[in-house]
Amino acid sequence: MTRAFSFARVYAILLKEFLQMRRDQITMGMIVGVPLMQLFLFGFAINFNPHALPTVISVDDPGTLSRSVVVALENSSYFEIVAETHSPEAARRMLQEGKALFAVEIPANFTRDIVRGTQPDLLIEVDATDTAASSYAIAAVNGIVSTALRDDLKGPLASRTQGPPPFNPVTHLLYNPEQVTQYSIIPGLLAVILTMTMVLMTCLALTRERERGTYENLLAMPASPVEIMLGKIAPNILIGAIQSAIILLVARFVFDVPMIGSLVLLSFALVIYITANLAVGYTFSTIAENQLQAMQMTMFFLLPAILLSGFAFPFDGMPIWAQWIGEVLPATHFLRIIRGVLLKDNGFPEIWPDLWPLILFMFVVMGIALARFRRTLD
Amino acid sequence: MASDLAIDVHGLTKRFGKKTAVDHVDIAVPAGEVWGFLGPNGSGKTTTIRMLCGLLHPDDGSGTCLGLDVVTQSEAIKRQVGYMTQKFSFWEDLSIRENLEFVARIYELDDQKAKVEHTLERLGLVKRQNQLAGELSGGWKQRMALAACMLHEPKLLLLDEPTAGVDPKARRDFWEEIHALSEEGLTVLVSTHYMDEAERCDRIVYILNGKLIAKGSVAEVIAQSGLTTFVLEGPHVRRLLHTIQQQPGVDYAGFFGAALHVSGRDRAALEKAIAPYRNQPDITVSETPPNLEDVFIHLQEQAK
Repeated sequence: MTRAFSFARVYAILLKEFLQMRRDQITMGMIVGVPLMQLFLFGFAINFNPHALPTVISVDDPGTLSRSVVVALENSSYFEIVAETHSPEAARRMLQEGKALFAVEIPANFTRDIVRGTQPDLLIEVDATDTAASSYAIAAVNGIVSTALRDDLKGPLASRTQGPPPFNPVTHLLYNPEQVTQYSIIPGLLAVILTMTMVLMTCLALTRERERGTYENLLAMPASPVEIMLGKIAPNILIGAIQSAIILLVARFVFDVPMIGSLVLLSFALVIYITANLAVGYTFSTIAENQLQAMQMTMFFLLPAILLSGFAFPFDGMPIWAQWIGEVLPATHFLRIIRGVLLKDNGFPEIWPDLWPLILFMFVVMGIALARFRRTLD
Repeated sequence: MASDLAIDVHGLTKRFGKKTAVDHVDIAVPAGEVWGFLGPNGSGKTTTIRMLCGLLHPDDGSGTCLGLDVVTQSEAIKRQVGYMTQKFSFWEDLSIRENLEFVARIYELDDQKAKVEHTLERLGLVKRQNQLAGELSGGWKQRMALAACMLHEPKLLLLDEPTAGVDPKARRDFWEEIHALSEEGLTVLVSTHYMDEAERCDRIVYILNGKLIAKGSVAEVIAQSGLTTFVLEGPHVRRLLHTIQQQPGVDYAGFFGAALHVSGRDRAALEKAIAPYRNQPDITVSETPPNLEDVFIHLQEQAK
């Protein structure tokens, strides 16, 4: 008669589990390595408070006070002056192309009007497609300018620094005037959801064949690595397209996300983005020996796509090295494309700077997958 | 290359790390013959077969398979060889028909539908064609695998322990099919552990620790061994095994059913070893030609 519960039997199973864990060293390495890497990566990279937001300044006033304003903006950590122009149109175009998030316009006679006390306008145009990035900086700009002017307004002009600011700040929120968070989050969600599901779809493509023993048979057949890869990726493009359609419909009709750009152009970018992510999953499946490893690799890819792409936190708040990682990820570029097309009516020329990195990424990853693929069992 | 050889390889060698899995193996199989490939587990049979069909690169050696170079033309070999893996390796979540259709498409066969129908009929799979491969029993799985690797009408079949774990009736049917295929001109190299299957082959090769150590027809291999075998039968022979094994001249002793087979190469010494039992009333001693199993076990013991 055996006992109903035996610690010896629990111990037997426990010991067996430990032995098996020890044999799967790649997984054990990932269990230790992945959280550490992510902890350091994100612990140092994430910053809710954006800084160095790309800003274009158009100055129409040669006076000393406008110089002070420019210098003050340059010195603040929030803004990074990427261009200085004399035409407001050129500044507006940079916003449209996504080269700048802020445009500060200093009108003609700015200095004179402050001295006269007629409160000149200071026009601040903001790309509000990324609400998280813009709101902090809008709040900061008045203070920065006022402080800058205070140092210059001395003697008889000192009275100008009392009371309301000596200028009239005019803020134009472009593309998302009400700063509706959903308008920037929902298109971003499409990018993130697609990364997650598409990589998951293909990360088991070869791992499963290997685990089930069908890999050997597949290799014995006359299919080439390219043929196998394309055959495995292609059906999932359709799945991704269906998923995108569902998300876009919900975005339009439930969340009222404006879609002012070309949906044809967006679909084109979507197909490339979906394929790039599928290629990532497929590459994982050429490396992973079992399903657990494939899943961990997927997580490893997914977290940066959420955290470093500009989806969850302002891209410009991250240190440069984290921005470089972000620039490599397809989600970062697609996020800019989809916000640009839907909210800013970006056309092909405006999205091209983010489209070619996607295409390049796709081909590089496919190349890695093909290089990893062995036609033999060696 | 002699055009009548389906397989003609020399010095085929494969190393995994420090271990030499296959060590300079020469095999020359004439077209249209059925060859048995025997040897204990881990002796290098699967590795050899994988090198023949292009799934492993030989570290050394050269030769041809169907006139194509095994080192440089492995992709072309894959198209003309039917390879049946040791472990069932078709898609269990596809039906028999779907598996066959997949194979037909990937080999870009002409007239795919007719070929699939014909193969289903030929192997008696018509009634089960819509069953998922994963739901089939061992015998049917193996039948389906054979159907799938014949579909592209290969000239050479490489079968890696096709009948492991299959019941006797299914095994017999399987071999009838193999012989029918061979009559149609197909060359077959089949690895097996079953002696009755080895005896159905035109020639056998025996591989041990990666080295080819016996080759020829069954009769030749038995003759080459120079073995003499005596059979001891009786109610109490089971008790004798241990003592008999210790006798000089006895290379190998073991049971065959209820009978004790005692084998050795030195006939005189062997006679001497079993002489004491000849006169015991409840033991009958007779001589028998050694069978293949005696020879193989002997070869294996010798290598130790």
